[in-house]
Amino acid sequence: MARNVTKGRKIGTTILAWFVGLVIFFPILWTFLTSFKTELQAISIPPVFVGFDWTLENYATIQTQSNYFHFMANSIYLSLGSTALGLIFAIPAAWAMAFSPTKRTKDVLLWMLSTKMLPAVGVLIPVYLMFIRFGLLDSRLGLIVVLFLINLPIIVWMLYTYFKEIPGEILEAARMDGASLRKEITQVLAPMAVPGIASTILLNVILSWNEAFWTLNLTTSNAAPLTAFIASFSSPQGNFYAKLSAASMLAIAPILIVGWFSQKQLVRGLTFGAVK
Amino acid sequence: MATLHTKSAARAMMAPAVIVLLIWMIVPLAMTLYFSTLNYTLYNPFSTPFVGFENYSYFLTDPTFLAALANTLVLVLGVLAITVGGGILIALLLDQDFYGVNIVRLLVIAPFFVMPTVAALVWKNMMMNPVYGVIGQLLQSIGLAPIDWMTDVPLLSIVIIVAWQWLPFATLILLTALQSLSMDQKEAAEMDGAKALSIFWYITLPHMSRAITVVILIQTIFLLSIYAEILVTTQGGPGSQSTNITYLVAQQATSYGDIGAASAGGIVAVILANIVAIFLVRLIGKNLDA
Repeated sequence: MARNVTKGRKIGTTILAWFVGLVIFFPILWTFLTSFKTELQAISIPPVFVGFDWTLENYATIQTQSNYFHFMANSIYLSLGSTALGLIFAIPAAWAMAFSPTKRTKDVLLWMLSTKMLPAVGVLIPVYLMFIRFGLLDSRLGLIVVLFLINLPIIVWMLYTYFKEIPGEILEAARMDGASLRKEITQVLAPMAVPGIASTILLNVILSWNEAFWTLNLTTSNAAPLTAFIASFSSPQGNFYAKLSAASMLAIAPILIVGWFSQKQLVRGLTFGAVK
Repeated sequence: MATLHTKSAARAMMAPAVIVLLIWMIVPLAMTLYFSTLNYTLYNPFSTPFVGFENYSYFLTDPTFLAALANTLVLVLGVLAITVGGGILIALLLDQDFYGVNIVRLLVIAPFFVMPTVAALVWKNMMMNPVYGVIGQLLQSIGLAPIDWMTDVPLLSIVIIVAWQWLPFATLILLTALQSLSMDQKEAAEMDGAKALSIFWYITLPHMSRAITVVILIQTIFLLSIYAEILVTTQGGPGSQSTNITYLVAQQATSYGDIGAASAGGIVAVILANIVAIFLVRLIGKNLDA
């Protein structure tokens, strides 16, 4: 929307907005810069901004010293696995709720939402004990199931709000033309549902990738994703800022990029459709 | 429209999701409730006598619990105050016309995608370390003494870190709400000679009130469960100065092996969260009808 503002005011706003943006972004920018410094430069006083000898050494070191890709692979495995499982359960449920709603549909949706509000510590103890009992502690399978369950309500909700926007008349028209249920899904519904499903996948991958309660409590090393790997830097020995920075950048970069592309869907998914 | 056939098909399609969530919610919760009445430790798991409400009275009278409860409230309210207040201001700023608006928006939203352990460790070491941290050096360069954040003001440090993570969320949602405000209304008020502040107070703020409520409720749910940020920075200390209920309960179970007390704490946490959840579910339910 074009508004009439004076040039002077626009420049003033630009300076203020960029200042605020850079202050908020600064810790990430600083981590990015530090990841290319030597450990000595990383703690130099006064700090150096860009006038240092850029090096990729830290990125190489974290792989050779701590097998970085093992944790990276776990993060990918957990976030994609839990998302896939979530879609298998959520797509039929959301489809039914959006297209064949009954009196109780709303109650079911709200009940699902309420399970998301159950604090993790309320169920941690039995889950922890069951994991010990069944040998699931530090296993990727166990963690995939937990991440799937904690995010299932969000997936159902998000898909539901997208599916609801698909006009029901199209389905009825297809039915009138004698389309079978399978055709109805594959040829009519699927093409219209794909964007919503894609957004849901993005949001769920972000949430699973960054989940740091269950991943920290239920893993030690074998199934540990990046959240847990980074946590191992909390008890440092010697100089480590540059290595911490390199590991951090690798851990957040993929999600930062995905997140930047899915801002709008994020608002919708995280507010359960209450703000669009 | 819905025939008997489609109705039963719909039920069959919903069933798997409903059943797994039902199991996930009821089974562990019932077990937590049951464990909370036992004297159950991992060191002696074969003798778990029934003790009634003893775990609750132990937990609720433990000074650490009272500290954790107070810390939880400070953490939630502190972060809410910063993110909602700051979020409104930044959303108003980003709603203006300026050069590079899209890039600034990406900069502002970025912290939300940073995983909790990275956010906490970057802040602890590279921002807040009294010797090498950027904040310490900044303070020294203007002649002030650096602050030993994690030791002297541990809870405030965690509030700052968590607020940094959630400020983008609040900003993004408030900005979305702000952009749906019709210009006509504002322009009409401007024509009538209304001052910017009164336009904000009487038109913009009421328009955002729903989004603000949503931000408060959703953040509260996540903020009650802050865990990783405490684990990798202060570990709840010094003493119990930065322990919240989530951290306390997790510690009781995984470090001390006191299943009974941890379960009682878990139930207390569930009750606290439910108080918030009731309001949120109602609000979203109302929206569903609209």
